[in-house]
Amino acid sequence: MKKSERVAGNVASYIDDRTGAAGWAKKNLTKVFPDHWSFMLGEIALYSFIILLLSGTFLTFWFDPSQQEVIYNGTYAPLSHVSMSASYASTLHISFDVRGGLLMRQIHHWAALIFMAAIVVHLLRVFFTGAFRKPREANWLIGIGLLTLGIVEGFLGYSLPDDLLSGTGIRIAEAIIQAIPVVGSYLSFFAFGGAFPGHVFIPRIYIVHVLLLPGIFLALITVHLMLVWYQKHTQYPGPGRKETNVVGYPLMPVYMAKAGGFFFIVFGVTAFLGAVASINPIWLYGPYTPGQISAGSQPDWYMGWLDGLVRMAPPLETHAFGHTISWNILIPGLIIPGILFTGMALYPFIESWMSRDNREHHLLDRPRNVPNRTALGAMSLSFMIISLANGGNDIIATHFHLTINGIMWFTRFGLFIVPPIVFIITKRICLSLQRADREIVLHGRETGRLVMTPEGEFLEVHEELTPEKKWTLTQHEQPAALTAPSEDANGTRSKAGIKGKVRARMSEAHVEQITSPTATEAHELEGGHH
Amino acid sequence: MRLSNFRRKKIAGPVLVVTALLTVGSAFSIASALPSAQRTEVSAQSTLVDEGKQIFLKGCSSCHGLNAEGGAVAPSLIGVGAAAVDFQVGTGRMPMADMSQQAMRKKPVYDATQTAALAAYVASLAPGPAAVDSASLTWERDGNVAQGGELFRTNCAMCHNFAAQGGALTNGKYAPSLMGVEPQHIYEAMITGPQSMPKFSDKTITPAEKLSIIKWIKSAQSEPAIGGASLGRVGPVTEGLLVWTLGLGLLIGIAVWLATKAR
Amino acid sequence: MSNEVTRFQDPGLPEHAHRKSDHDAIAANRAERQVAILFLLSAVGTIGTIASYILIDSKKFIYLPILGDTNAQQLALGTGLAASLFFIGIAAVHWAKTLMPDQEVIAERHEFRSSDEDRADFVTTVKERAGAAGLGRRSLIKRTMGVALGLIGLSPLVLLRDLGPLPKNDLSTTDWSAGVRLVTDPGDRPIKPSDLEVGAVAQVLPALPQGTERTLENIGKDAVLLIRIRPEEFNLDAERLSWTHDGIIAFSKICSHMGCAVALYEQQTKHLLCPCHQSTFDVTRAAKVIFGPAARPLPQLALTLDSEGYLVAKQGFTEPIGPSFWERNSA
Repeated sequence: MKKSERVAGNVASYIDDRTGAAGWAKKNLTKVFPDHWSFMLGEIALYSFIILLLSGTFLTFWFDPSQQEVIYNGTYAPLSHVSMSASYASTLHISFDVRGGLLMRQIHHWAALIFMAAIVVHLLRVFFTGAFRKPREANWLIGIGLLTLGIVEGFLGYSLPDDLLSGTGIRIAEAIIQAIPVVGSYLSFFAFGGAFPGHVFIPRIYIVHVLLLPGIFLALITVHLMLVWYQKHTQYPGPGRKETNVVGYPLMPVYMAKAGGFFFIVFGVTAFLGAVASINPIWLYGPYTPGQISAGSQPDWYMGWLDGLVRMAPPLETHAFGHTISWNILIPGLIIPGILFTGMALYPFIESWMSRDNREHHLLDRPRNVPNRTALGAMSLSFMIISLANGGNDIIATHFHLTINGIMWFTRFGLFIVPPIVFIITKRICLSLQRADREIVLHGRETGRLVMTPEGEFLEVHEELTPEKKWTLTQHEQPAALTAPSEDANGTRSKAGIKGKVRARMSEAHVEQITSPTATEAHELEGGHH
Repeated sequence: MRLSNFRRKKIAGPVLVVTALLTVGSAFSIASALPSAQRTEVSAQSTLVDEGKQIFLKGCSSCHGLNAEGGAVAPSLIGVGAAAVDFQVGTGRMPMADMSQQAMRKKPVYDATQTAALAAYVASLAPGPAAVDSASLTWERDGNVAQGGELFRTNCAMCHNFAAQGGALTNGKYAPSLMGVEPQHIYEAMITGPQSMPKFSDKTITPAEKLSIIKWIKSAQSEPAIGGASLGRVGPVTEGLLVWTLGLGLLIGIAVWLATKAR
Repeated sequence: MSNEVTRFQDPGLPEHAHRKSDHDAIAANRAERQVAILFLLSAVGTIGTIASYILIDSKKFIYLPILGDTNAQQLALGTGLAASLFFIGIAAVHWAKTLMPDQEVIAERHEFRSSDEDRADFVTTVKERAGAAGLGRRSLIKRTMGVALGLIGLSPLVLLRDLGPLPKNDLSTTDWSAGVRLVTDPGDRPIKPSDLEVGAVAQVLPALPQGTERTLENIGKDAVLLIRIRPEEFNLDAERLSWTHDGIIAFSKICSHMGCAVALYEQQTKHLLCPCHQSTFDVTRAAKVIFGPAARPLPQLALTLDSEGYLVAKQGFTEPIGPSFWERNSA
């Protein structure tokens, strides 16, 4: 026996003697994970979170979350002797007087942007491939929770330095709180310890940012991963891949090396960004004061869609009975985001209800094979992108010689016109892709080679697909639409009847598809040729 | 930088003519740019004001009126003072290339002497703020950069952005970037309020404070890339763009490599 | 021909294709060397990071294309750290891809649903145990427990009450009142009408009583923009016109939408633009909203002169400044 094997054996028995975990460990160390690049997106988010914990801890060693006024006398000359809050001054100190401090700040902020971007692309992957279906609805909900908390955590984080840009963001957040009917001004005064900006808000959000929310994150991420572990990962359809199995690489050693290695890669890329690209140069923004503002004041990208919605809102307020309700803030700031996130959270349940599908699904959908869902996703995405674009309309205007008014009007109408168009186009594209699949399964792939038949005709040579490819393109189920329950004998519509009709109508839209080719059809065609 | 300076000097003449010919859309400015250069020699002994009036009649009067009283498309210049002329002509904004929303900074059409003559003429019509002599602007010595920053953020950043990179105004107008603008022109802009920009009176922002603002702008302009590539200093929009392109692009690219089977 | 439709069949997992390094010792050795080099590159990165921390002056800037004048230490620390991390990752993945077994394995899945007996047992157990606790029978306990648990969350909420004072009329008041002088921000100098030319703006604040220090809370409510245009350009009713002085008009700078500083004044169009959400206000028509999400004009501050000829407020604001709130009682 080699020495290394003996050591490994000793470690294993040491652990098993004390925990009896040998059986469990054996099973889990050989656990199989399917390999696909799109399964790494959630890992990017997970690793960015770890990077955030590490770099964030570094920053707390110097950061002073206090809004007490101090006079700056650090090394950054353009702010010398300027009065500012201690949190801003200590952020300047980290940036200019702690070696590697600016690097860590930039790593922290880039990691936050990557974290949010990775969550979004991970969510899109899960949505478009139907990975949220039974039994993974709970994990979908946890994911939506993580996304929501991520937005809040990011906002709180970039608000901490108390610079002019982030202070403006807090001012806007305060206006949203203040706009809540009945209790708004009370909530605002409680949150800010009095009139805006006060002296307590940053110390308070600091503890939320570094303790409360990271704690909740850790708990949710743990459950999220445990569920992935326990329920086993989904896999893409293909030869040998069934609902009843999972094909991939064992955790030890391949997946450990790949996933572990990928953590270092994500950290490396983040550090590289932190080294070469400036982010949130708070020394240029200046300290916050409510009387100042900079052109082009925007939030970070994951809040940009919200800001875009607020910008395009119509100027509506209700004044009645001595009270004011600001629809121009409530609709874009609370109501629309509420509807969007609730709809997103409920989608798995809606889909399972309308298709009466209560089975487990472990094989992923190819997005084209569920045109309605794919179109719905693309539609929602276009809504977000239009809102996000309007959130940067001033920068777009100056860089592409457009007018902010023009962009605003375009997005005001575009928000209602573009998503339905995107829905229709995406659905069409999906159906054409299905048609193309059908075509190549039955007639083979066009090779581009022309041959002349003995009769002098030119024919393009079609290459028959491999059985593996044919299976991949035709393996999916093609459920039929649910039928509406027939009307009662006396012709009255019962409540259940209407519900059934809605369900049947939704199901009909959901299953719209091109009939998959079958071996029988292929056989008949072959017969025809010869 | 040195190379471009050299080039600029060497081919300044031809470039001037070519740009004038190519970009100057309206007939009046084409007519003025070429003959005025010859005219300077001819009228060498006439007074500055007369000379300025001649340039004005050729190059400016079709819009601003024969007596600078203004017209349908251009404002009256009576009382705007030499400072306004020095700013508008010295930064190349006037004569305008076309009747666009806003006069853009470009290569000046008139040289320093011609600009001075025009300024003298306009100043002779009615009193107004005098042109600023760059030697008298002792911003490097007397300006206070930190105070300038505070003034800038209160009075200028809302249009010109926190790092003087410019920003959007309504209906396609914009506040230009202040990078590379001559100190005298910054000063003149503050006292004359060109185009959309309001005036900043000497009593509300004292001349000494104006020097501080200039010093801060110059300090922001020469500030090195402290944290790496500046991304245009326009805030979170370009940061978000970079994360979605380079950041996620790199990571997804590596994930694709990671998940492909080795051969 | 039969009517039976047969689907395409699953051909099963394709045969494993071996890598070069699986059967070629030279290729395997090459892969091993590559992994080793990658790990060494990481070590070099770490050494570089430490060396640049100690050796490079943190004030030193070097010129690089694209980046410009860059802080040498920040760049060296960052790229060193990036390399030390990145190459460990690349090495591990390369190792996994070329030298670790790459045969895909199949693991079976089982439906999560338990057997019917187990489920029935489970339901019975729950019922039995709940019955043992008497939850069904003792409805008094059930109800009072509901009350207790329902209320328990209230005490922490009540304890949060002292987070801040009640708003009272704080959102409706400012430091402006009759006779308060307008002073420049920054600088605190009083202003005479003659100090402003037509087309000029000034950022102003109220002069505070001697000995009072100006806080950010003051500025957040008091900031005012002073604008001078030609008096004939105003399009105001008699009352609002009487609030101006010889073409000088003053508005609260705190946006009536979400409280940003609306200070972006276009001298030619006489429009005020808020850079946050692009609400646009027309100065000649008492800051009427002409574009964007704001629903109300900016409150106008009535101006007059004091005995020494300085601009002062004729009265405080007649409406609350800043964003709307529930108790706000005016259009």
